[in-house]
Amino acid sequence: MSGFLAGLCVAVLPLLAAGFWLGRRTARPQNLGDLGTPVEHATFETLHNATLAAPPLRAGLTEETARKSARRLRTLLGTDALCLTDRETVLAWEGVGEHHREEILQRLGGPLETGRGEAFRLRCDVPDCPLRWAVIAPLTVDDRVHGALVACAPRESAVLVRAAGEVARWVSVQLELADLDRSRTRLIEAEIKALRAQISPHFIFNSLAVIASFVRTDPERARELLLEFADFTRYSFRRHGEFTTLADELHAIDHYLALVRARFGDRFSVTLQIAPEVLPVALPFLCLQPLVENAVKHGLEGAADKRHLSITAQDAGAEALVVIEDDGPGMDPALLRRILAGETSPSGGIGLSNVDDRLRQVYGDDHGLVIETAAGAGMKITARLPKYQPGVHSGARLPREP
Amino acid sequence: MDRTYSVTAVALVVLATVLVGAFGLRVSRTTSDFYVASRTVGPRLNAAAISGEYLSAASFLGIAGLVLTQGPDMLWYPVGYTAGYLVLLLFVAAPLRRSGAYTLPDFAEARLASQPVRRLAGAFVVGVGWLYLLPQLQGAGLTLAVLTGAPAPLGGIIVAVVVVVIVAAGGMRSITFVQAFQYWLKLTALLVPALFLMLAWQGDGAPRGAFDEPPALRAQHTVRVDAGLDLRLAQPLTVTATGTVDGRRRAGERITLPAGVHHVTGGTRLTLPEGAGVPVADRRGDGGMSGSLASAREERPLYATYGLILATFLGTMGLPHVVVRFYTSPHGVAARRTTVAVLGLIGAFYLLPPLYGALGRLYVPELALTGNADAAVLLLPERLIGGLGADLLGALVAGGAFAAFLSTASGLTMAVAGVLTQDVLPSRGVRHFRLGTLLAMAVPLAASVLVGGLPVADAVGLAFAVSASSFCPLLVLGIWWRRLTPPGAAAGMLVGGGSAFAAVTATMAGYPGAGTGTQHALLAWPALWSVPLGFLTMISVSLATPGRVPPGTAAILARFHLPEQLTGGRARTEAARV
Repeated sequence: MSGFLAGLCVAVLPLLAAGFWLGRRTARPQNLGDLGTPVEHATFETLHNATLAAPPLRAGLTEETARKSARRLRTLLGTDALCLTDRETVLAWEGVGEHHREEILQRLGGPLETGRGEAFRLRCDVPDCPLRWAVIAPLTVDDRVHGALVACAPRESAVLVRAAGEVARWVSVQLELADLDRSRTRLIEAEIKALRAQISPHFIFNSLAVIASFVRTDPERARELLLEFADFTRYSFRRHGEFTTLADELHAIDHYLALVRARFGDRFSVTLQIAPEVLPVALPFLCLQPLVENAVKHGLEGAADKRHLSITAQDAGAEALVVIEDDGPGMDPALLRRILAGETSPSGGIGLSNVDDRLRQVYGDDHGLVIETAAGAGMKITARLPKYQPGVHSGARLPREP
Repeated sequence: MDRTYSVTAVALVVLATVLVGAFGLRVSRTTSDFYVASRTVGPRLNAAAISGEYLSAASFLGIAGLVLTQGPDMLWYPVGYTAGYLVLLLFVAAPLRRSGAYTLPDFAEARLASQPVRRLAGAFVVGVGWLYLLPQLQGAGLTLAVLTGAPAPLGGIIVAVVVVVIVAAGGMRSITFVQAFQYWLKLTALLVPALFLMLAWQGDGAPRGAFDEPPALRAQHTVRVDAGLDLRLAQPLTVTATGTVDGRRRAGERITLPAGVHHVTGGTRLTLPEGAGVPVADRRGDGGMSGSLASAREERPLYATYGLILATFLGTMGLPHVVVRFYTSPHGVAARRTTVAVLGLIGAFYLLPPLYGALGRLYVPELALTGNADAAVLLLPERLIGGLGADLLGALVAGGAFAAFLSTASGLTMAVAGVLTQDVLPSRGVRHFRLGTLLAMAVPLAASVLVGGLPVADAVGLAFAVSASSFCPLLVLGIWWRRLTPPGAAAGMLVGGGSAFAAVTATMAGYPGAGTGTQHALLAWPALWSVPLGFLTMISVSLATPGRVPPGTAAILARFHLPEQLTGGRARTEAARV
């Protein structure tokens, strides 16, 4: 009998120990060791959810981004249902009770008009529907109401009203950032236009003067130059498409160089080395010609001795490597760095930094221009162009997703 | 055979490849010949490059070897290899070019805008590339062994090292010219000896009956069996044997072997009398692949033939090294013209290997017994002509064979290394591309040393099967079906390509359960069931996930199918210059 008792004790003791340990754990479910107090933990949780909700919203308010972020936002607010709307439709409904869509839409008019939040009781015929109250918090960007965040709950709660308002303000900030991104894109587009405009006056006068000088002595040459001039300006001023092919860009450079050669004669020589494999590569419109123009302008103008320019386009696996090298006076690297950072605008305009910005914007930050130069040592500019990049086609630009 | 000629020829081919690759760029000194320097690659040059990259050891050596051992049924191989381009021309070439994709993963991303599908496609590119590289290295090993008696893996190692050095050092800068050069080299290396061989055959009285079963010896011949093998005899055969046959030692005795299967131990010499039918070695005992595929073909000839046809017809479009060459075409119409030219060039080339196979059945049938049938092309000049002429012709053929290994292996290595660098290794850059090159070559090299003994044309057929089951559905549905979704594409590639890959692996590893019967044939020739499986999965999963059709699909498909001029692409300015 005592043996049985002893056995029982031995069996029960570990059970008791286990129960004790389990009790402690369930009693303090948020015991997270070094992660801090429950308050701190809740803060981390909230920040984490906010971080996850942010990236989709940065692309603007669409059905897809709303769907992706609504899930996170509902966790953030801890409500039964959350929905995001624009001015007309419900973009995403996260959680239960989707039959309230219509009702919400009807009540949306007021808050969208005034820009002020509203809480109201929901009418519901479904007996076990948990949603009885809804809070509408408008999303405003630059004082314009873009849509609303609607949180639904079983009962009226001042905390929810306040929290929904705060979350809506946070979402509005993200949307403002998205707006900022868009205006940055527009700025770059405007710079391209500026670049096109920049080509014109100086270059056009010089070219026309050169052509005029040939009209009597060599009419045939003058005619050819005029055609080159026409081709080049047609390319530069074309309106459609953000991208072009390397072949077309090189042809534009050729027309440009023909005019430059007419002006400078023997003082200027060019070597081209082009792997035909990379000619179909698509690249941002007018992103090499400014580099050549830069080399000509800084290498040739004002100098008396001969200058050489070499342009190479190599095939390098999934990328094309374009190198433009001149033996001109070069540039002080510190000055160049300032120009590229946009701190000083050189007399030559916005050529180099504009090209660099656009390459980084299209291909990512590791595809900017690589420039090797020193005062009196010429300049070598290398651009790495991926053969394929999503969204980059030499053809018509795809309409951006709304 | 004088080895110095062949070794010199091989060295010359390697040297020429390096030189053309490094210095074949167009250079212009003045702007006046700018148009020459910046002219895009024409369809004919590009077609020669595609053909050069495509015609591998399987075409150069393998087809002749298969025709030698198994007769005219094997003519389906050259037919299939060529017809693959017909399917490519009809369904894929121009839209693929217009998609702007450089590699197959690029295409997946352009069409489906999904990173996971892109990565999956990348994984299959690597898999197909490795499967395709394997027989190239083995073919190189075989060629070098036949030419110089070097140990079998050495040739593969040499090709691997040469290719890795050339590719990693950036020596393939003018790859179009290199590959076009290789095509004409390969064509010459088969055509010139073929003319002389035909003359010799005429001089021999133009013997017929090349396709009699089994191929018969024209003179008494002694064969040394290096590795143990099983002989399957359809009729009794009288041989003189020195060594061990059926477990009994013989010392130069004349024995008559009855019909049935006989085991010959390695190191045995068999002397076959004139006019004897040459038995075909049955390697199933080794668990190797050669016997496995061949026996499946014997048991289910119709099924195996259809499997082969489907794999080669639909697999060509998914070969990673072929697809990247289409990027060189300036636009969709040029891509289509290029494909037509490729059909012509490849069709012309494939007339020659069967000729070697037929002559091989007449003059070197004993190769079927030793299992080195792939060497038929290399040995024919020596056997048929002899003397200095044979040495020179043999050297030409050897050089052509090495050109075949080099061009295909370098193209594949670049494609696989590109995918590894872009999608697997952490960051892009030249150093990582070199690492990728090394990795791309190391795996198949190790496998070729380990697996051993596959007939090259069969091994290439397996790579085609995997490509046909994974990339063919992706490309065809991606181009022609607007309801394709990323989950559907991923599931289809995984199920179709994955099952084909599993079947191939089982066949290569000599999976014991796959001994005989239907199951075995199904595993050895997977294309006939895995391709429809891939298509069905892709279609049904896509239909089940209609909400996941990528936005902008209509615009993307419009760009694939409309000529570039309509979509506002290249404004041609040449007209203004006239």
